[in-house]
Amino acid sequence: MRTVVEGGAVMTAARRLKASLKGWGGVGAMGVACALTAAFVLVPLREVPLTDTAATAGSGASRGAYARAEECTDPEKQSPAPSGAESGTTIAAIKKRGHLVVGVDQNSYRWGYRDPNSEDDKADLEGFDIDLAHRIADEILGDREDNIRFRAVPTNQRVPAIRDEQVDMVVRTMTISCSRLKEVAFSAPYFRTGQQVLAPKSSTIEGYDETLAEKKICTATGSTALDTLEADKEDGDLVSSAVISPPVPNQLDCLVRLQLGEVDAVVTDGALAASQAAQDPTVELKGEPFTTEYYGVAMKKEATDLVRRVNQVLEDYRASGWNDSYDKWLAPTLGEDPSTSRPPPPEYK
Amino acid sequence: MTDTSKGSAAPPVLAAPTVPAVPRQSAYAPPVPPGGPDPAPPRRTAFMEGVDQVRAASTTEPGRLRIIGAALAFLVVAFGAVTAWQMSDRSSAADDVLYSSQPLSVAAADVYRALADANTAASSGFLAGGQETPEFRTRYERDIRDAADGLAKAAAASEPGSSSADTVAELNELLPEYKGLVERARSNNRLGYPLGGAYLRYADQKMQEEMLPKAERLYKNENQRLSDDYDSATSYPWAGIALGVLALGALVWAQRRSYHHTNRVLNQGLVASTAACAAVLLWLVAGHTLARSELLDSYDNGVRSLNVLNDARIASLKARGNENLTLISRGAETTKSGEDKFDSDFKKDMTTLSAKLARAEDIAEDQAGRGPVSEATGNMEVWLDRHKEARKEDNEGDYQAALDKIIGSEDKKPTGECFDSVVKNLEKALGHEQAEFKLAAGDGRAAMTGLPVGAAVLAVLGASGAVLGIGRRLSEYR
Repeated sequence: MRTVVEGGAVMTAARRLKASLKGWGGVGAMGVACALTAAFVLVPLREVPLTDTAATAGSGASRGAYARAEECTDPEKQSPAPSGAESGTTIAAIKKRGHLVVGVDQNSYRWGYRDPNSEDDKADLEGFDIDLAHRIADEILGDREDNIRFRAVPTNQRVPAIRDEQVDMVVRTMTISCSRLKEVAFSAPYFRTGQQVLAPKSSTIEGYDETLAEKKICTATGSTALDTLEADKEDGDLVSSAVISPPVPNQLDCLVRLQLGEVDAVVTDGALAASQAAQDPTVELKGEPFTTEYYGVAMKKEATDLVRRVNQVLEDYRASGWNDSYDKWLAPTLGEDPSTSRPPPPEYK
Repeated sequence: MTDTSKGSAAPPVLAAPTVPAVPRQSAYAPPVPPGGPDPAPPRRTAFMEGVDQVRAASTTEPGRLRIIGAALAFLVVAFGAVTAWQMSDRSSAADDVLYSSQPLSVAAADVYRALADANTAASSGFLAGGQETPEFRTRYERDIRDAADGLAKAAAASEPGSSSADTVAELNELLPEYKGLVERARSNNRLGYPLGGAYLRYADQKMQEEMLPKAERLYKNENQRLSDDYDSATSYPWAGIALGVLALGALVWAQRRSYHHTNRVLNQGLVASTAACAAVLLWLVAGHTLARSELLDSYDNGVRSLNVLNDARIASLKARGNENLTLISRGAETTKSGEDKFDSDFKKDMTTLSAKLARAEDIAEDQAGRGPVSEATGNMEVWLDRHKEARKEDNEGDYQAALDKIIGSEDKKPTGECFDSVVKNLEKALGHEQAEFKLAAGDGRAAMTGLPVGAAVLAVLGASGAVLGIGRRLSEYR
């Protein structure tokens, strides 16, 4: 009797062991499969941010090697040649509608901003981006009232707004990058900027260097600045004792934190940093931009006729208009000399 | 304690175990027996000696009568004392409900309301920009004052070291911080800087994420205290009732015994005592039941409605604040799914508001309570419609039209009108429910009036009656 029971127990135990081994085998196989998939997926993914940084930073030969594989070294040189033709379907649709719909920012002082105290009742938008948008509308639709409608587009909605055709184009301090080029088309660059440090005038910080040691740095969620800082910290390009504060929702929130003494410095696009400096005379841009980026007008990928037409507008705009707008909005904080902000003569695809 | 005046020199009945030396016998026998010839009995406890005395007394009728008299008097007095104690407990709890915990819960709700309202007023004033009307400014300042007053009240009422006291202290620290941020927002806005909007969002974040949850906790704490007071005021005085039944039973038994022994039907003292006990018991049960039902009614119809209405009011205030901030932030913050953060919060708040209003309408017990709530629901629906139009204008790029639809003058049909109506109607409903509460709770409290004193007086009378009645029988043995 007893032996039978024991024998049965042993059998059960063995079976259980076998079953559990079988289970582990399955898990192991799945693990291997997962690892392989991850490896395949991650490899190309890894290249994208690198090319992006390389493109925006424009430095590092090794990064360039990755970029060549992706065929995207200079995203700012991927725009089609300008043309004054207006026979394309996109432009025809705009002309039929009678107004251009442009996605803009309402919060970037001196770029795209609504002044609550403006004299006229309409509380119109104003700024460098707005001037350009008006110029585009004027050239395509003729200089008349009501040829343009602005739509406020949040930062992370810029690409979806274009793809869903909520707007014809986005003129909103938008950096031309390889990853964005996969989803939208860009005009030739209309502004040159780069990541820059903003700090109180009295601060010991002198730029993007070792003076940032033990300083708290503010960046916005999902911004190029945050990516750059994190990558640089890992690579040792940023002094290791610098503290990257938890990112804030909007770059302007960094100025709030700076004024309240919660952070010591802000890193953002030089152009936006200048817009912050314009709102607080006690802070200033420190040092030179440590990356190079270009702003472009973003449009639907398929709307090549519109892109060419906008490039034509930009050709004209650079010749006359650009300097006036710069002087009006940006010279007070970016300096009288526009040469660092002026994009180089465009190269088309 | 009642028998001594009547009884003979040393009535054994009273010889409680604590007074062992009264009887002669025992005083001689046990202490230090001389030892030697007779084997002395072992030393006995005082209690056992007392028991022996009672046993000895119970062998004679007068002795038995004394025991019965004392027991009756004790039971009746105990009944009276327990009733008085339990009822004064309940009536003081009812007092607390009426005059302390409910007003405090209202005060805490008011702190919560004032903070949310201040945030809303700040954003409305901000939206109006340089043309900020004195109306928003005064409203904002008044709210801040109300909040500070309410906090002072809550601080005075909370026990030091309690979680309420900590919360009040934290809120007291945050309030000036919040106010500083709003002032910075205001001055930057006056200069025409978008930085003002960023400051206001920061102030709003401080309010929504730190201050309002704390104010809510305070409010919940006070509500807990209120509901505890309700529990103690409405719990049945079982001990009193049980003792009452016991005393009555004992009295009936004593009278039956007396009848069997003497053939006399009525012993006046015992009858009086029985009547007194019955009166107290009846009063206790009826008074408490009445008080209890009124108090429960004040909870069901008052406090419950008040809580739901307060929640609705907070939801409407939050919704309005978020509606304003949608225009102030202008897309500066988005949710993960890419929606505008403040518009998405607005939608959530409106869902809460709608649910709370439906609930309030459900539990309102009369037309006077239901009327303003259903009106508020109507206002809310119009609000939602107008909000949609405002969003459409804003999304199409006509900011000014959107602004007009939110804070514009009456001819623009702004949502502000609907918001004001919602709040006005909710306040009307709150006023009604508060009055209902006061009425019912006051009635409940009144139903207990005099019960503790009455029970005590009647119990003393009852005990005297019992003693007198037994004393009359005892005197027949002299």
